[in-house]
Amino acid sequence: MIPWDFVLWFFLGSLVLGLVRLVIGPSTADRLVGLNLVAGQVLALLVLLAVKEDVALYLDVALVYDIFGFLGILVVVKYFTKRRAS
Amino acid sequence: MNPAVWIEPALIFLGMGFALIGNIGVFVMPDPYTRLQASATCSTTSVISVILAAMVSSGFSPTTGKLAIILLYFLVSSPVATTIIARYAWESGIVPWRRPKRRPGEGGSP
Repeated sequence: MIPWDFVLWFFLGSLVLGLVRLVIGPSTADRLVGLNLVAGQVLALLVLLAVKEDVALYLDVALVYDIFGFLGILVVVKYFTKRRAS
Repeated sequence: MNPAVWIEPALIFLGMGFALIGNIGVFVMPDPYTRLQASATCSTTSVISVILAAMVSSGFSPTTGKLAIILLYFLVSSPVATTIIARYAWESGIVPWRRPKRRPGEGGSP
């Protein structure tokens, strides 16, 4: 069988590297790369948690998290390009 | 041997490997463009593997439909977000990283 706890902790542990890049990134583009990666990993984590616990509600949470991660990147890029152009 | 027994752990371990490679690439690479390359490919492949494993695990049920919707949305949104970040990095004046040139006296392979 699949060691679910090990898989979940492995995803959390590998996500820390993306979080470090999100914190220390020198420019805004680096932080956005880290944010995109962390959003994808958290989506995978929520899907795994839904399968492990057999709770289908987590899938709705995963879909909404994915949508808002994409919208967050879009909003940050839009805001900073407008600031730069003016 | 029943293929449904080993195809789900195989997909999950594939996803774990790709997640680790992508995170190490984002942490190590020197430049936003190279970081984008590592992040986009490995994150997309990892999430596709994990969602396929979840679909295999849950069988033919409404959960599989939800997972298909999530996979479809992720396949649309992740490359679009990558393109947006790359265009933003290019327009904000970030120069792509180059391998630093060696000084003429130092030898070594180019």
